[in-house]
Amino acid sequence: MANEAEETVKKLAALRGVVGLVIVNGEGIPVKSTLDNHISVQYAGLMSALVQKAKSVVRDLDPTNALTFLRIRSKKSEIIVAPDQDFIMIVVQDPAE
Amino acid sequence: MEKQEKTDVTYEYSMRRRQFGKQTFFSDQGPELCVSIASNPAMYPNYILRNPVDVEIQNTGTMSEHYVNSVRVEYTSSGVNHVEGGWPKDINMNDPEATQRYRRKIEKDDSYIHAVMHLAHSMEHNILQNNAIDMYQTYYSELPDLPPVERSSCHTVNVYREPGARRPVRALSWQADGGARLAAAHAAVDLRTPARAPQHSYIWDIENANAPELILKPPHPLLDLQYNPRDQHTLVGGFLSGQVGWWDTRRGGEPVALCPPHAAHRELVRNVLFINSKTGAEFFSSSPDGVIKWWDARNLNEPTDTMIIDIVKTPTDTQNIANAYGVSALEYEPTIPTRFMVGTESGLIIGGNRKGKTAFEKLPTKYEAHLGPVYALQRNPTFLKNFLTVGDWTARVWSEDCRESSIIWTYSHQTKLTDGAWNPMRLWNIYYLKFSLFLVTQWDGCLSCWDLLRRQNAPLVTAQLCDEPLLRLRPHETGVLVACGSSKGTVYLAELSQNLGTADKNDKQLLTHILERENKRERILEARMRELRLKMRQERDAAPPAEPDSAHADSDLAEATAEYTQAVDEQLNNYSNST
Repeated sequence: MANEAEETVKKLAALRGVVGLVIVNGEGIPVKSTLDNHISVQYAGLMSALVQKAKSVVRDLDPTNALTFLRIRSKKSEIIVAPDQDFIMIVVQDPAE
Repeated sequence: MEKQEKTDVTYEYSMRRRQFGKQTFFSDQGPELCVSIASNPAMYPNYILRNPVDVEIQNTGTMSEHYVNSVRVEYTSSGVNHVEGGWPKDINMNDPEATQRYRRKIEKDDSYIHAVMHLAHSMEHNILQNNAIDMYQTYYSELPDLPPVERSSCHTVNVYREPGARRPVRALSWQADGGARLAAAHAAVDLRTPARAPQHSYIWDIENANAPELILKPPHPLLDLQYNPRDQHTLVGGFLSGQVGWWDTRRGGEPVALCPPHAAHRELVRNVLFINSKTGAEFFSSSPDGVIKWWDARNLNEPTDTMIIDIVKTPTDTQNIANAYGVSALEYEPTIPTRFMVGTESGLIIGGNRKGKTAFEKLPTKYEAHLGPVYALQRNPTFLKNFLTVGDWTARVWSEDCRESSIIWTYSHQTKLTDGAWNPMRLWNIYYLKFSLFLVTQWDGCLSCWDLLRRQNAPLVTAQLCDEPLLRLRPHETGVLVACGSSKGTVYLAELSQNLGTADKNDKQLLTHILERENKRERILEARMRELRLKMRQERDAAPPAEPDSAHADSDLAEATAEYTQAVDEQLNNYSNST
């Protein structure tokens, strides 16, 4: 089972355009990351707060609704964040146009 | 006594034991006077009666106020330097081994694996989506702006009403070289009323609609009036009596010269037109009697030349005035000096050549144009081979080499069409004027503009200028102003919107293509008709006569088919190359 998770992570990180992948747990520790430590920590710290806020926004607007994922498109890259109960998966992608 | 006052709610009493249990007997006790203090009148002077007395009364619910101090939360403000967080207290953050161990532990956790599998699925979808298409791009930003939608319009600018009698306008003519004067000829062609009333025609200055600038006083009603294109002050007119006259505006309203009745036409003069000449004083006139006469203004005593419009079948026949066709329209293009065209009252258009030696050569071409008289006939100033005719209920554009039919025609209108003209372009900046525009007046008082480049099945603008029929039309040389004359004697000056007056760079090419294409189509149809007729004749006679023309006509058809197949092949090649 752990192997499967490991493989999935590797597969995702190998897709075209993906710069890096970080999995953050509920406490804000980057559990798995393909980027350098300090960058992962930065992402973990900054993203957790944003994801919490986004989750609460969606819930407040409609209690039956839930956040599926968050996409931040910037000039240079795109950050896709998928939240879960305890974990957050962050992928940084550089669109290859 | 004191005890009783302190404890209001209790009442003590003592009793003997053996009296317990007995029923208590209460008895009424009457009121006891405890104290009586009488008023002492001797004290009255010590007191003053108070009047008025202010008393405050309030009737509200009773409330009480109470202060409570709750347990307070302790706040401190302090800065945090967050380097890395979330680690449980027992693990040293900087120790890579410990952190790795902790990480491994989490990775083995079931919920971690579950979460990863679940999230990876949707994440993959997004990543692939991003790879497939750039959905944040601003689309269509590199496309050029489309030109705004055109709005054409035509509205009346000025109205010139004839003072006095209201006779229909028979002719309009603008002063030469873009001048600001308009000549209008009015005549009531009514044989019942005697011509006692003065038969005036007018020259208007377009700025002043209150009164005409000059009143022309012809001896007979004027049916056609033209300004001399070479000289701004001279005009020539054709009368109801068949005579022609010459005016000079500097000399007043009376004609300067008049042709004698014996040299004149046998019927009214329908059209006069100036021709190219060194003196600038030569013109020709036509009438329903079927004769065209050429005149020199210096000597109006006799015409310089005459021609009878009678189509002869063989070169040796002479023309007979009894067979001649009445002429209703005349056309002359200064750049083609020896040729002219006439439109007849039976709907034929006959091309004429002054230089022809025999009668046969003088009227070489003939087109069957309309079902009724041809009201207007004009060549396109840029495309000299094409001319416009207006008659019955349609307006048609012809090409000289296509004899059987017109190449472009409008639909049959509900009302009769009375006059038509191409947009003129004799101005210094000829590249910008529209030469695919022609204007048509209708019997119901509408002026419609047709543009062959924009739409061929409907006019671009139709403006209802008045309720009575519009009889004549003459556009000004600038191309923006149009004068229309109605049957009640009013001349309306209409202005066309800017986009109708200017042309694009490609217009000439496009119009050439259109005309060529229509021409080719007509020629192919002509050739086909000829073939069919030949076949029918062959079947009847059973003797095949030689047909030299079919080779030429077939080449047209062959050329068209070759072009078409080539275009189709090209398209197919392009398609197969790109896929």
